[in-house]
Amino acid sequence: MSLRTRMANVFRGARVNREIDEELEAHLEEAMASGRDPEEARRALGSPLRHREGSRDAQILTWLDSLVADAGFGWRQLKKSKITSAAAILSLALAIGACTAAFRLIDALLLRPLPVSGAERLFVVARHGLNMNGAPGTFDGTEYPLFQRMRATVTDQAELIALSYDARMDLTYGSDEEMEKVHLQYVSGQMFGSFGLRPAVGRLLTESDDDKPGGHPYAVLSYDYWTSRFGKNPQVVGRTFRMGDALYEIVGVIDQPFTGTEPGTVTDIFVPTMMNEGVTHRDWSWIRVMAQLKPGITGESVRAKLQGSFRAFQEEQAKNLAGLPKQKLANFLNQKIVLEPAAAGISAMQQDNRPGLVALGVLVGLVLLIACANVANLMTAQAAARAREMALRISLGAGRARLVQLVLVESAWIALLAAAIGGLLAWWSAPFVVGRINPPDNPVRISLPVDWRVMGFALVLTLAVTFLFGLIPALQASAIKPTSALKGGEDPHSRRRLMNALIAAQVAFCFLVLFVAGMFVTTFERLSHQPNGFSAERVITFDTVARTPQPPVFWNQVVEHLKARPGVEAVALAGWPLLDGNGWNGFVAVDGGPPSQALAYFLGVSRGWVDAVKIRLIDGRDFVESDAYPGTAIVNKAFARAYFGGEDPVGRSFERTADHTHFQIVGLVGDARYRDMREPITPTVYVPFQSVQAGGGLQPISKGTYIVRTAGANPLALAGTLRQEISRARPEFRVSRVRTQQEINDAHTVRERLLAMLATFFSAVALLLSGIGLYGVLHYSVLQRRREIGIRIAVGAQDSNIARLVTEEVFAMVMAGAVAGLALGMVSVRYIESLFYQVKATDVGMLAFPSLAILGAALLAAVPVIRAVRIDPVTMLRVE
Amino acid sequence: MPKAESLQGSIDLLVLKILSRRSRLHGYAIMTAIQNISGEVLRVEEGSLYPALHRMEEAGWIRAEWTTKDNGRRTRIYELTAAGKKQLGEEESRWQSVAAAINRVLREA
Repeated sequence: MSLRTRMANVFRGARVNREIDEELEAHLEEAMASGRDPEEARRALGSPLRHREGSRDAQILTWLDSLVADAGFGWRQLKKSKITSAAAILSLALAIGACTAAFRLIDALLLRPLPVSGAERLFVVARHGLNMNGAPGTFDGTEYPLFQRMRATVTDQAELIALSYDARMDLTYGSDEEMEKVHLQYVSGQMFGSFGLRPAVGRLLTESDDDKPGGHPYAVLSYDYWTSRFGKNPQVVGRTFRMGDALYEIVGVIDQPFTGTEPGTVTDIFVPTMMNEGVTHRDWSWIRVMAQLKPGITGESVRAKLQGSFRAFQEEQAKNLAGLPKQKLANFLNQKIVLEPAAAGISAMQQDNRPGLVALGVLVGLVLLIACANVANLMTAQAAARAREMALRISLGAGRARLVQLVLVESAWIALLAAAIGGLLAWWSAPFVVGRINPPDNPVRISLPVDWRVMGFALVLTLAVTFLFGLIPALQASAIKPTSALKGGEDPHSRRRLMNALIAAQVAFCFLVLFVAGMFVTTFERLSHQPNGFSAERVITFDTVARTPQPPVFWNQVVEHLKARPGVEAVALAGWPLLDGNGWNGFVAVDGGPPSQALAYFLGVSRGWVDAVKIRLIDGRDFVESDAYPGTAIVNKAFARAYFGGEDPVGRSFERTADHTHFQIVGLVGDARYRDMREPITPTVYVPFQSVQAGGGLQPISKGTYIVRTAGANPLALAGTLRQEISRARPEFRVSRVRTQQEINDAHTVRERLLAMLATFFSAVALLLSGIGLYGVLHYSVLQRRREIGIRIAVGAQDSNIARLVTEEVFAMVMAGAVAGLALGMVSVRYIESLFYQVKATDVGMLAFPSLAILGAALLAAVPVIRAVRIDPVTMLRVE
Repeated sequence: MPKAESLQGSIDLLVLKILSRRSRLHGYAIMTAIQNISGEVLRVEEGSLYPALHRMEEAGWIRAEWTTKDNGRRTRIYELTAAGKKQLGEEESRWQSVAAAINRVLREA
């Protein structure tokens, strides 16, 4: 009989029994037919029950049989106490779901290898050292000529691939009015071959499509984009689009599942690096370099060679940096090339969200532990109630292993049901969280497949959870000595000690979750409420491009046109909105002195801009129509502090060292945030939006941003009209992006908001679970000691004495747990310091919040228990 | 796990041998065949016959199927499988060597 039949027979036990009986009947019949006495034959055959057992064991898998029996028994146990089971399952489901969702996110963004050949041999070539501000850091931007040199050096050991940072570009398949935004990447032609990619239609690019600057206007689409934009039309090959001045021809589509090398975005279009004008610039760091090591080559040998060509390149570069302070020059030369593993790709999204996601993963892990402790306590309490049952089983000959199995199967039921519900939760919540990572107009796109990795994780998690909360109660149940259990228990306190230890652990984890959550919430509060120095209220921005560069007078005409619209309060032009991530910086020298140690930030703005964004003019004047770059400048207070010792610099002058341009300071304004919400406000120079060109006259301008302050409370109400007005005033102009300034500001706190939101949710869950856990343990300790309590009341103990009796032990545990949690918190926040802003772990408020919350939860949990103590002692003592 | 039976060794050999001579017998017939051929010297303990048959079936040495008799009652009949034939060969030679060894001891001691 095969294993399969034996397995199947487990599930048709009745039939197996029937068949055995039938065969025995037939035997007796034969015996009678041959003339034997029925009684004698029956006696000779023996007890049918014994036969049945002997034969049955041969025909079925006994271990499976016992498992099925235990599963049935466990299910009945669960159904017997519906409310506790439901509470256990739901709390566990919440925790398992959260863990699985967190794993899906972490896996999709940080762990999952790119679907390319040799992903495990992929590295990113980055440089590590001190940056221009003297801070240590790792930077992966690379100049194209350096890439070419490096590639030639290691050609035998590794294939180097250049990839531009994913960018949103404007392009059109028809007229200018039909411009659309796509995620585009410039990549080396050899990338497709090295990654082993195949075309779905057409062909992919090769090295020979990428060897002459500007010579290969070909494009390859991603499968995703081909599907969403062209409905998988194979006729797309041969179509053209225009981007900037160049016309590109689509030559093919990459087959699934490759979606680019930057997790968090799905690249739509790939074009050869040679089509970017950056390939000839020695000072543009616009690409990342990926190295795919040949099999058997060590990273270090490649790194050493790359370091050589990098050093030579930097030394040549340094000749053009004569104006740089000595220390900065040394920093520039002494950077070290590092190879960072990039099997999972590399993206800003990963770098920005790695610490946050890991912190979140730890938080949900803690919530899971809290839930496990809860269920373990529940099972322990139940096991106590079943001590007699267990004792009986042992008396009847059940082995220890068999009893462990019995209790574990019951745990497995809880875990499995919880995993099923949790799975649904994870299925729904992971995309929900992803949807909130980025600002709404540029959503993150992460593929979140549910495959063996996710399933495997959920399965392992479920098994781990089963053992985590099931093993101790199971071992305890099986260790019962029948004689003492039937007598009323050998050590009635051992179980309570275990439950108390679990409570302490639970409180410690809960404290930690609350503590970290408090830090996240405070960080978000501080960041989003800190003064920016300018007003985003009612401000809307229009990033505008001109098909060909237009004279500044046309740009100003639009300003005047918009000003005349109803509902518009102020209009100005700027290179880009404040805080939108763009930056333009340089060193400055005052009064012919040496270059400064700190970088100053520059922004081109028009007349009236200071007024439009409501930056305070402290001294001097705004720009006038005749001001042009270079010449006059308005600086902020940070600039005055950094370069003029805090004196009023109006009337003084400085030089921008990079291009030796001179500026006369005409105005001093208050500090406003330019680039970042966390750094101190940078020294900032506002220069005229329009600039003088080399041969005299004003330089035509191809892009800028209109900053509009509206009168109405909702600036977006005017977005559509004003967008059209810009094109109506000058048909050459086209608005490529509309954002409110508030949106731009909020984008800086998206991560903090998300962390604060999720951490708040999880701390609520943790608190609830801990409260339930505390209640359960208190309740149990009352039940267990009810005889003792009855006697005490009978001999005259007060309610308050009794309440203290049952609660003091648990409260001591809560205190111990809170102290442990505090210590854990102090130690662990150091690892995620980068996620906090102006928050210290030692702040009284940070400590008070979790302490009070836990104390509150403990008191709430104790109230019903203390009330339950007030029972008539006679009834209490009569129970048994 | 098959439980150890004291008669296990010889009962297997006898059942396999009977089934190799006459196929498709039911339990009672196997039992009577052993008794008859051995001249009533060997009696199969009826109580241990069926667990042995089921164990051998599980081991794959014999195959069972239900047939319907003339009177409409079902009966379970057994036949030897290829694996059973091989097993019979092994059991026979083991028995022979044991018997020879015992004979030698009886002769020479």
